[in-house]
Amino acid sequence: MPEGIRDKVVILGMGCSRFGERWESGPEELMLEAFGEAVVDAGIGKDDIDAAWLGVFFQEQSTGKSGLPLSQALRLPNIPVTRVENLCATGTEALRGATYAVASGAADIALAMGVEKLKDTGFGGLPERTKGTTEDLWLPNSTAPGSFAQLASAYSAVHRRDMQDLKRAMAHVSVKSHRNALDNPKAHLRRAISEDDVLNAATVAYPLGVLDCCGVSDGAACAIVCTPDVARGLGRTDAVAIKALQLAPSNGVELGNDAWDGGHTLTTRIAAERAYREAGIADPRAELDLMEVHDCFSVTELVLMEDLGVSEEGRAIDDVLDGRYDHDGAIPCQIDGGLKCFGHPIGASGLRMAYEIYLQLLGRAGGRQLESPSVGLAQNLGGVPNRNVASVAIYGLKDTTR
Amino acid sequence: MNDSRHGILALGSYLPHGRLPRTVVQAANAWFAPTRKAGPGERRSFCNWDEDALTMAVEAGRACLNANPNVGPEAELAQRIDQLTLASTSLPFADRSNAGVVREALDLSTAAEVTDTGGSMRAGSTALKAALGTGGRGDHLVLASDCIDAKPASAQELQFGHGAAAMLIGKGQAIASLVGTAGLQQDFVDHYRASGERFEYALEPRWARDAGYRQQVVETAQEALRSAGLEADKVTRLSISAPGGLSQSTAKQLAAQLSIASPDTALERRAGFCGAAQPLLALTEALEAAGKDEVIALVCLGQGVDVLIFKVHRAPDTAGLSSALDSGVDEDNYTRYLALRGLLPLETGIRAERDNRTALSAFWRKHEAITGFKGGLCSACGTLQFPPTKLCVSCAAEDTQTLKRMAEMTGRVRSFTEDWLAYTPKPPLVFGNVGFEDGANVMMEFTDVEAGQLEVGLPVRMRFRIKDTDERRGFRRYFWKPAPMRAC
Repeated sequence: MPEGIRDKVVILGMGCSRFGERWESGPEELMLEAFGEAVVDAGIGKDDIDAAWLGVFFQEQSTGKSGLPLSQALRLPNIPVTRVENLCATGTEALRGATYAVASGAADIALAMGVEKLKDTGFGGLPERTKGTTEDLWLPNSTAPGSFAQLASAYSAVHRRDMQDLKRAMAHVSVKSHRNALDNPKAHLRRAISEDDVLNAATVAYPLGVLDCCGVSDGAACAIVCTPDVARGLGRTDAVAIKALQLAPSNGVELGNDAWDGGHTLTTRIAAERAYREAGIADPRAELDLMEVHDCFSVTELVLMEDLGVSEEGRAIDDVLDGRYDHDGAIPCQIDGGLKCFGHPIGASGLRMAYEIYLQLLGRAGGRQLESPSVGLAQNLGGVPNRNVASVAIYGLKDTTR
Repeated sequence: MNDSRHGILALGSYLPHGRLPRTVVQAANAWFAPTRKAGPGERRSFCNWDEDALTMAVEAGRACLNANPNVGPEAELAQRIDQLTLASTSLPFADRSNAGVVREALDLSTAAEVTDTGGSMRAGSTALKAALGTGGRGDHLVLASDCIDAKPASAQELQFGHGAAAMLIGKGQAIASLVGTAGLQQDFVDHYRASGERFEYALEPRWARDAGYRQQVVETAQEALRSAGLEADKVTRLSISAPGGLSQSTAKQLAAQLSIASPDTALERRAGFCGAAQPLLALTEALEAAGKDEVIALVCLGQGVDVLIFKVHRAPDTAGLSSALDSGVDEDNYTRYLALRGLLPLETGIRAERDNRTALSAFWRKHEAITGFKGGLCSACGTLQFPPTKLCVSCAAEDTQTLKRMAEMTGRVRSFTEDWLAYTPKPPLVFGNVGFEDGANVMMEFTDVEAGQLEVGLPVRMRFRIKDTDERRGFRRYFWKPAPMRAC
């Protein structure tokens, strides 16, 4: 077991654009909006950055290939920019690149940027894409909601939980996130909804109604990271440190073998276990103060509570309905509104989650500020339940003077 | 064995799940064509959007190969078949062996001689006659299938059906054998369809009957009886395949000439006239009803006449056609029927704009898995997986997988959704995880299913279907789709 990344890298500054249907902005404007905030927060100039990572998913339909879109938009001084893509874990993957560069000593200060401009694609949901030359020969032409809806039918069958109870808990997930987003000026969807609104919404992919689905938005978010020493040198006494940054991609078992029951996300369990170990967390239920998870669909968030080990298997329905993950619950989840209300500009999402935890840990979350949290978790599930890349990141406060 | 004869060893038939009540057509079009008669009875069969003459031929072939327990296990039988003929006037490819696709989907030997044949509504009967006339060679699978669409509000819309039939010809415990035959070719154009055209052009049926077929049918039937050495009164059952709504009048007329009973068949009433498949379907219907030692006269019209006289030796192993005629699901929504057949251009939205170009080099690497639906069975740990891979999904052993056919396995629904966002010609797109033997799980698109009909744990059977069409390049790719187990 390698010693890992814990406390080797801290976040010097972060920025996040307003998310939404940003018809007036392209990817350049979105990136500049996020970067402008981050660079002021970090108290550095862009010439102080040694290397950058750019996360973009829909390259052809959104921002373009390579590191060039970032290098050009920010007029960076020809520093290395690496473009990464790892499905919906793309933003976290960009942060992982920047973090590893700093931890290795190859860079003192590195930038991780994630962006997606979805509203130029012409699609209401995520754009249509092929699955590649071979898989198009046999895999169904599924959509994201259709793929995640499978979690619900399998979960209900595996745990023998009535679909109506599951639907009610799923509705609670969405209602909670909409309530949280009311306090967040950067969120896309800012209106309260009721459980009945969710249950009566038009079906997108059984059993998911339209209010079980996250929004579709444009947005960008970024982080500037450095070593604790560099942060101290810049006058920072306390900072948010990266405690763990783990990634687990599927190896094909879920897609091709019945060892997977279809009602959970296998990779999240693996990434979470590694991340808890890396961060030194023995009991996530007791030690986590808040979570930002990949709530692309209500049912995803629900099963993730079990995959992350904060709910017992088969009991997430009860915990959700008991308000355990509400803003005033034991572990608030999606206190910023989540993907549900921010939408999911894919490359940006992992960094948007980190941004909220960063604000919360530093006590800068305004009207939605939680009472002195010290450890937060962000999780992404890139892809679909039967084939995905899960990332789990854990952030915590660190006194850089010690 | 002493009762071994050259003849028809096994039967298989296939009618699409969709049936259109003729009253639904009449009601929808009454404003435009109020005098259009309902045609031959209750309802007609029609292909789902993902079916065509090729996919129906595969299903009829599978039914035939699985029908006869006496001819041995399917795999062994499949290897024994050395000829495959596919008769149709509506095959999807003009230059790509359609029968070749069927061969691979049926897992027949690559050494089998495969032939596409068409050009006339008699294509099926002529192919059957040729196969029965070549006694002594190996087994010959004759398939006939047609999916001919008709213009809305036309007479053909009410007369036609879609369907396929298969007959295994060879030496063994024959269901029936051919005892006499005659054929007549005339360039008699009572209807036609130019190459590349979708619809028939039909002339007045009374002219076709009175000035054309009346004479041709009687003379050819008499000649066939002569060749069989039989008097007309030995014929116990008439079986007619005739386009243009002529089967009833032809049957009546011939029955009167031969002094036998005119047949009352459900085929036209409940399925319709299925083009080049009709001769084999009509014969199948007769064989399913006939008793031992009956004599069947099969009369097939289409630029001339084929007459085949059969002696019946035993009942078929299954009554697949009569059960298919009784099953299926009525489509009461005429516009949905039109849309499924591509006769009504609905606004399909941006998701339908996806480019479905097939990488044929990738297809060639995977053709056995895709067309034959074969998974990889790991010899190290016994795990089955689809598609087959270099490394086992379960134990990661290298190069341990042998191909195992999954098309005849019963699957079980492990998860599913009804996706209203995804583009499909028949929303919702129903897809999910399907479990198979030996640990295999495959994410698949379901077919012949409506919203609300699936549940986790339901058994499903595989169907060979169109997966995607590439309109821009005129290609269609095929794969297997699970459908709920039903009677038909």
